[in-house]
Amino acid sequence: MIDQSVLEEVLGVAMRTGGEFAEVFAEDRRNASAVLDDGRVEELTSGRDRGAGIRVVVGDTTGFAHTADLTEAGLIAAAEAAAAAARGGGGGANVVALTRRSASRGYDIETYPGDVPKARKVELLTRADEAARSVGDAISQVSVSYGDNRRRILVANSDGLFVEDDTVRTFFAVSCVATGDTGMQTGRESVGHTIGFELFDMYDIDQLARNAADRALTKLAARPAPSGQMPVVIGSGGGGVLFHEACGHGLEADLVSKGASVFRGRVGQQVASKGVTVVDDGTMAREWGNIAVDDEGNPAQRNVLIEDGVLTDYMWDHLRARKEGRRSSGNGRRQSYQNLPMVRMTNTYLLAGEEDPDSIIASTPKGVYVKHLGGGQVNTATGDFVFGMTEAYLIEDGKVTEPLREGNLIGNGPEVLQRIDALGNDFAMGPPGTCGKDGQGVPVGDGVPTLRVSSLTIGGTAA
Amino acid sequence: MSDELLAIADRVIAMAKPGEQVEAVVVRGTETEIKVFGGDVESLSSAQSQGVGIRVVVDGRQGFAYAGSLDESAIAETLADARDNVSFATFDEFAGLAEPDGFAIPVLDLHRDPMVSFATSDKIAMAIELERVVMAADPRISGIESAEYADSISEAAIATSTGIRTVGSETSCYVATYAMAAEGDETQTGFGFSVGREPSELNPSHAALEAASRATRMLGAVQPPSGRLTVVLDPWVTAQFLGILGYTLDGDSVLKGRSLFAERLGESVGSSLLTLIDDPTDVRSFTATDADGEGLAARRNVLIENGVLQQFVHNAYSARRAGTVSTGNAVRGFKSTPSVGCLSVSLVPGVSDPAALIAGIDDGVLVQEVSGLHSGVNPVSGDFSTGAEGLRIRNGELAEPVREFTIASTLQKMLRDVQAVGNDLEFLPMNASGVSLVVADLTVSGS
Repeated sequence: MIDQSVLEEVLGVAMRTGGEFAEVFAEDRRNASAVLDDGRVEELTSGRDRGAGIRVVVGDTTGFAHTADLTEAGLIAAAEAAAAAARGGGGGANVVALTRRSASRGYDIETYPGDVPKARKVELLTRADEAARSVGDAISQVSVSYGDNRRRILVANSDGLFVEDDTVRTFFAVSCVATGDTGMQTGRESVGHTIGFELFDMYDIDQLARNAADRALTKLAARPAPSGQMPVVIGSGGGGVLFHEACGHGLEADLVSKGASVFRGRVGQQVASKGVTVVDDGTMAREWGNIAVDDEGNPAQRNVLIEDGVLTDYMWDHLRARKEGRRSSGNGRRQSYQNLPMVRMTNTYLLAGEEDPDSIIASTPKGVYVKHLGGGQVNTATGDFVFGMTEAYLIEDGKVTEPLREGNLIGNGPEVLQRIDALGNDFAMGPPGTCGKDGQGVPVGDGVPTLRVSSLTIGGTAA
Repeated sequence: MSDELLAIADRVIAMAKPGEQVEAVVVRGTETEIKVFGGDVESLSSAQSQGVGIRVVVDGRQGFAYAGSLDESAIAETLADARDNVSFATFDEFAGLAEPDGFAIPVLDLHRDPMVSFATSDKIAMAIELERVVMAADPRISGIESAEYADSISEAAIATSTGIRTVGSETSCYVATYAMAAEGDETQTGFGFSVGREPSELNPSHAALEAASRATRMLGAVQPPSGRLTVVLDPWVTAQFLGILGYTLDGDSVLKGRSLFAERLGESVGSSLLTLIDDPTDVRSFTATDADGEGLAARRNVLIENGVLQQFVHNAYSARRAGTVSTGNAVRGFKSTPSVGCLSVSLVPGVSDPAALIAGIDDGVLVQEVSGLHSGVNPVSGDFSTGAEGLRIRNGELAEPVREFTIASTLQKMLRDVQAVGNDLEFLPMNASGVSLVVADLTVSGS
């Protein structure tokens, strides 16, 4: 994307005013998407974003500038702007020599989506539309979306690091509306992996569409969710967002260092029930949150955050790790070249336990079974978090019974982690997610086995 | 400066072939964002961005492409991509670009020169002052999660081969902070902000004191018991609620059978106290604009009047399909085709101030923050459930703080259950403004 000699020159300019660290992050990203709604392929969209973000660190201050101009002159102008923003004192004369490293994710992309005829992508949309509508007349609306992107990045910094990466992601989603006497309900299914068009060898699109339609239909008969506290069983693969919110964000070192996390100062302590092991793993092949290197050029890692209930470590980016005199954990990510990196999750999951999932439900006299969670949100300083249930049922006398309407559940991270009293042996990863933090969205994955929380507050309207 | 963007848009549409409609959206912006921590700058980002989005319609089929660059070669490639995408769309007799509708673009004071000339050192000073006032506000303030100043100067030009030609420039700025208050092992947070079109309209100390007060008054919060209560939504929360309500009134949702109000035009859908307007021509609004995303004049639309549903909002496509005219509600960035949405929605304020509203409630909750709006609210079904925190109301007075509970109802029922609308209109860094709103009979789920 950019010659090594130009990068060395630009980093030299960035360091000239006394910078302690400088970095060039360049990105060339192509997006393609296609949307079908209301029975029509509404449009195909193609997009390209290309540019570089340059940061200069002086003391505790980071200066940042970005440009869409990748010529030497454009990059030098951005480097000067970033150095000025960092307000260095001057006097630095730094020669930067880069050593190229290779990034590897250990598997190959089989079919680059850019090589696939657009007509084949469109055909997937119409097939899914037909399959969803075939489920029943009550399916009153269907929208289907396809998306792929190829993101090439380059990171070079004043420590001599120079690495490039090339990432391909492919995504597909079906959303249905069912209409009945009780009004309208929605059902959605999505799949996404860090792979190419071979995504469609992994999944049966017709089945996916029918599942989305079934989910909407089921909810037409749903009754209002209960209000108040009761045991909650979360289904395998459906509820990783619980850990993303309950502890994931609170273990991000940038929040911890500001005192904005309930998990501050708790490394080495028992923060969750015995048996609970939570991992953030950017190396998980083909998963949505997979990265070969993070957006600071550090290799992806498998990081154990909580082991058998004991908090083992936080997640780190370059800046926070440098301050603590330790290594980054490979969690420095950014939405695009227009953003500064910060500590972000990759694929966050809870390891399986040993119980039979059916027996977990059977041993729950009364409660709620959440098969699929929606999104969530957390206040890391207080630990209070919510997450939505998009498919949920009552548990009565140890059996899954009536479907429930949508709603949020609310809990406090450290308390909920201590209330996990059953872990199934049926681990699965969930659908692709986008994690939002400080206005930046990045792709993340999550996974859980079937598990039970002994008590959570369910935000329905029924007594 | 903006003339240069219009010239680029003109050049693109001049390339339209016979039988082809072409639209070019060309944008450029300068943004500064300063975060401070511990009395010093944590990060200072200064950025210039630009981009072009090109839409092509041929014989009822639409294609689109964009690029984050204004280079001639990038523009040529984008036009070629958009043309190539056309053939894959399904034929739609209503597909097409907007056409001039006779509404004059309003002249609004959206671009302020003092924003352009405001020095970086003054921006830094304002952000540092914001943090300082938070920290000094109360001995229980333990820190800040964030304190930032941000501004933007943005220009956009839209031209179409159907005769649309608009160009505009707007400035905006805000300060925002999350304060933390601590007592013992407990930490609580509070948010404060101030928005404006130029620096003199910002009030950092108000933002700081608001954040500190919201954080400290939550100390000692307990989980309330479950039950049905009257709830006062503060302006910040009401605005978020209105943002969701806006979705149910967009013409596209109505046409595609996703609006729970689809068949209700002319009917009473809520309390007679409710008059909901979408008015992007009010320059006090953070998202005020003179033109919509298709280059048609922005205008004031009354959506619900005294509880009666008056109209839905439309862009050119949804209007054509619904057999009506665009209400100037095309919403877009340069990376997407226009969707339909409210631009700047608000309730017409009532007469009572917040204290008077609270004085009228024997047993209730003032909700100052909600969470999980994206996960627990379904605008298609109307199911509404969010996490909440705030203060208990007892015998007409604010009482103990409460947290870790949800409030739930349905959008349909909440509109009917509105008991009072406050007079405290507040402009927020979003596409909705807020007032205090009293809603009866919400289900509170707690202990």
